[in-house]
Amino acid sequence: MSPKASRSRSRARALTGAAYAAPTAVMVAVFFLAPLLLVGWMSLHKWPLLGAPTMNAPDNYTRIADNDLVGSAVWFTLRYTVVMTVLLFVVAFGLALLVQHRRPGVGFLRTSFLLPMAVGFASASLLFLGLLSDEIGPVSDLLRKLGIIEGYVSWTSGSSTSALSSTVALVLWRFAGFNMLIILTGLQAIPLEVYEAARIDGATRWQTFRRVTIPLMRPTIALVLTMMVTGSLLAFDQFWILTRGGPDNSTTSLVMLIYREAFIRLDLGSASAISVALLAVLIVFNVVQLGVLRRRG
Amino acid sequence: MNSSNAVSRWGFYVTGIALAILFLSPLLWSGWASLRTPSGFGLENYDRLFTSDNGIRLEHIVNSVTVSALTVGGTLLVSTLGGYAFGRFQFPGRDALFLLTLAILMVPYATILIALYVLLGWIGLQDSLVGLSLVLIMFQLPFSIFMMRNSFEAVPRELEESAQVDGCTTFTALLRIMLPAVKPGLVTVGLFAFLTSWSEFFAPLILLNSTDKFTTTLAVVNMRTASHGSIDYAALEAGVVFMAVPCLLLFAFMQRSYVRGFTSGALKG
Repeated sequence: MSPKASRSRSRARALTGAAYAAPTAVMVAVFFLAPLLLVGWMSLHKWPLLGAPTMNAPDNYTRIADNDLVGSAVWFTLRYTVVMTVLLFVVAFGLALLVQHRRPGVGFLRTSFLLPMAVGFASASLLFLGLLSDEIGPVSDLLRKLGIIEGYVSWTSGSSTSALSSTVALVLWRFAGFNMLIILTGLQAIPLEVYEAARIDGATRWQTFRRVTIPLMRPTIALVLTMMVTGSLLAFDQFWILTRGGPDNSTTSLVMLIYREAFIRLDLGSASAISVALLAVLIVFNVVQLGVLRRRG
Repeated sequence: MNSSNAVSRWGFYVTGIALAILFLSPLLWSGWASLRTPSGFGLENYDRLFTSDNGIRLEHIVNSVTVSALTVGGTLLVSTLGGYAFGRFQFPGRDALFLLTLAILMVPYATILIALYVLLGWIGLQDSLVGLSLVLIMFQLPFSIFMMRNSFEAVPRELEESAQVDGCTTFTALLRIMLPAVKPGLVTVGLFAFLTSWSEFFAPLILLNSTDKFTTTLAVVNMRTASHGSIDYAALEAGVVFMAVPCLLLFAFMQRSYVRGFTSGALKG
């Protein structure tokens, strides 16, 4: 084949490839890039739910600071993110260590831990609403019989601590298995010879875990931590359904606030400004995270 | 076997069984609670779920099935073609587009849904099941494109070359030779697209306004959030069971194949 024919053939092939990628390009452009630009544009306008928008920059941003709820929502979302990430990571890692080796019964345990992830998160939130209710839920009865609590406890709305704890229990139940699966695939990618070498060197189990497992697991750990932090910063369903943001707005998360600005106060401009601020924080977080990952990996 | 091994074996089984009970009991309880009635057991709670004023209506189920079918079909179509392009072809802008698709993961959708709501209004797809499905497909793309690109890359070159020798176009090669080879990837992508679209709550909450467009998830949550007096918890648990059963069945039957797809595709990067 002549070079010219070969070149025109590879050009034809490039065109074919681009054609196959076209649907992806259209989807990404219309439903990702366009709204990304639009949310920035909207944040510079007074943008009512109905009616024409008018430019009012930078009012939406300066007003974020005046919004009473913003301070408490930011503080609550950060606290929730720290508590949730630490607990979820410890539980998921523990489960993965428990079921990492093949032995009788391990398959059953893995499936048990994974099964909650098949239940949609909104459904899981409703499940826990009933489970923790005093009307039909067994939890209060059980704890009363064990003598741990006395009288009536309203888990999801009684106090900010109990509302937060209810949410933490729900998220642990729903997401521990999924994160266990990712950690498990990381654990199993470590060659057995590495452990063998550590054993020959006389390392104890704890030393092997700290000096061998953890360093080799760093990319996987970074991945699950990123997903946990991002997921917690964007928490909505669990508070919307389980605690309704209460009591007294004490469990109102940032995304709940965005929803409230947009569809209850009908102020899309203000909702967009809060979205952009949250987005900026998340992008900085992700970039830092990627940098750390690349330097160490 | 020495005694410390026996102790650790007992420790493993006692801890494992206790944890399994902890993880399984909420599921078992919701099934039990949904069947429990003041007079014993029966389907009364399900009866209220499907007949009360703000319960699930037939149209909600039709809506959910429509959205799930559109999302699964659309995700499979776009990610198969895209995965084929990214895994098997060289063209200008390929890597940029691939990275841009993955960047969707970095921009959580909660922050752009308000803009999507306005945008869908401009193209006449506000409060529409098609509009919701298109948005759900976009959210599925980073995972699905990544998965399918890796699946296509893993197909041996010789397989595709033999098709070219036979004079197949790239499209016939895709249909006859490549698709059977990437089936585990397709199953995983389809399963996740279904689980997400069937259960998704936040996107339909923002993008659908009229109650006759509601999906079942929205309808069931509405029973909780729209109730001003007391909540009908038992009917709510019936709703949870109704929502969860198709997912649990699919999940149980396909666990093996999707875990394989997960480990073979996702970690190759």
